[in-house]
Amino acid sequence: MIIDHPLLGPRDASEFVYKGDAALIHRPDGMAEDALEAFIDYGYLRDNPAGEHRELWFHEQGDRSWLVVTRNTLTHEIASVELARDVARREGRNK
Amino acid sequence: MRYSGWKVIKEALTGHRGWGPAWRDATPKADYDTIIIGGGGHGLATAYYLAKHFKQSRIAVLEKGWIGGGNVGRNTTIIRSNYLLDGNEPFYEFSLKLWEGLEQELNYNAMVSQRGILNLIHSDAQRDAFIRRGNAMMLNGADADLLTTAQIKERYPFLNTEDARFPIKGGLAQHRGGTVRHDAVAWGYARGADMHGVDIIQNCEVTGFRIEDGAVKGVETTRGYIGAKKVASCVAGSSSRVMEKAGMRLPIESHVLQAFVSEGLKPVLPGVITFGAGHFYCSQSDKGGLVFGGDIDGYNSYAQRGNLPVIEDVAEGGMAIFPMLGRARLLRMWGGVMDMSMDGSPIIDRTHIDGLYFNGGWCYGGFKATPASGFAYAHLLATDTPHETATAYRFDRFARGRMIDEKGMGNQPNLH
Ligand SMILES: Cc1cc2nc3c(=O)[nH]c(=O)nc-3n(C[C@H](O)[C@H](O)[C@H](O)COP(=O)(O)OP(=O)(O)OC[C@H]3O[C@@H](n4cnc5c(N)ncnc54)[C@H](O)[C@@H]3O)c2cc1C
Repeated sequence: MIIDHPLLGPRDASEFVYKGDAALIHRPDGMAEDALEAFIDYGYLRDNPAGEHRELWFHEQGDRSWLVVTRNTLTHEIASVELARDVARREGRNK
Repeated sequence: MRYSGWKVIKEALTGHRGWGPAWRDATPKADYDTIIIGGGGHGLATAYYLAKHFKQSRIAVLEKGWIGGGNVGRNTTIIRSNYLLDGNEPFYEFSLKLWEGLEQELNYNAMVSQRGILNLIHSDAQRDAFIRRGNAMMLNGADADLLTTAQIKERYPFLNTEDARFPIKGGLAQHRGGTVRHDAVAWGYARGADMHGVDIIQNCEVTGFRIEDGAVKGVETTRGYIGAKKVASCVAGSSSRVMEKAGMRLPIESHVLQAFVSEGLKPVLPGVITFGAGHFYCSQSDKGGLVFGGDIDGYNSYAQRGNLPVIEDVAEGGMAIFPMLGRARLLRMWGGVMDMSMDGSPIIDRTHIDGLYFNGGWCYGGFKATPASGFAYAHLLATDTPHETATAYRFDRFARGRMIDEKGMGNQPNLH
């Protein structure tokens, strides 16, 4: 698989480490009323779709950036690659 | 029809015209007492024990493709009970005992071969860990044997014990472990279940559930609606996809594991060898092919095929321990999709929906579990209580902090 890094261009997937569902960007608020349920959900439960999946890849053997890769789990086709930082900011996280 | 030596001779003399099909090709009825989704090893074993040992009737197994076409026909056929943790070891030892009596039980030659499994030791820390594991196994009635380098050299003279990158410092052997002809397990259980009245329905995919007032009424399939009092999912790598149709999210991701087989060679490997330091394991099939594998590809996939980097990694691991492997040609490689659970251990449990049951999360080690999984799941279906060896395999273990984390990796499904 080739991941088209937004800054570095096409890179072999073996330079990266897979870190799971991109939903993990949204860590629940530990102070919220439902924090216990939210963390069980966050820590253990997964959507695991057959088809399009947004996921985190870490460029460990490269610039050590985190990417959000949208990939089809049935065909391994990659639809888009973005910096995880940009995605997180866009979705309302500022740290 | 029972198989016997006498029957083989009779058929040989009469032109092999008397062998009937091993199981009926059943058409779906309007409703059943119990529907098992998934005609893999676990689903067929569940149906068999449910009918034979728990005396239930009106049972159907629904399989979307053909039975044995899933992971039961794709794995590297290794059976063993060399686990460490309390939640696991009694269950896998129960399974190994069932394997030992399987062929008599089913009147079917599944080529159960207790050729032994050897986990190699390369460091003092690994030795300590394996001694602890061996003791845990013996406490649970399993066999474990710590071998010296000299004993290993005697059995496997070609292993490099001195000047390798990971010199071999000993090994943990389980002599009762070994291999089983995987397809025959599916066929044997299918035949046994059929003989006890189970309908095995192939080319019948479950596409949805009918759930009313929190209770399951039946399943939608590509061959129409089928009613049932109890519905039991048992679909290995497709668990998330199937249970999603009942509105459930699972502590599971699907990942691909690849396996490889070389051209046929003369006998070189009497037993199974695992080289944990290099992520490689190998056995030799009865046809002579070296059957081997290593790590999972490591990202969500339903593709039933892998990618090249892992092939390279497995080949490197293989060459590190068996340099002679480099001279053998690779005959085939393939991938299977597996449920990777959040602690690396399986789930056999009821769900919050009445009458809907779940069996899955077997990761890459569920073949050896086939008989015990079937028996424990049948026990749960028949009695609504977990089998004594499977009491730890509940959904709520994650929320309660009672994970069965054999690898000590934490909630990381892509590492187990
Ligand atoms: C390459 C590889 C090597 C392995 N090596 C080993 C090993 O050496 N030892 C070991 O113990 N384990 C091993 N495993 C793991 C083991 O194979 C699995 O954990 C185990 O076989 C899974 O159970 P099963 O046999 O019932 O699954 P399967 O045979 O996959 O059965 C599930 C069935 O469900 C069907 N299904 C799915 N969705 C639906 C639907 N909607 N409707 C109807 N039917 C459906 C599928 O078609 C399939 O036939 C390996 C796995 C792989 C992939």
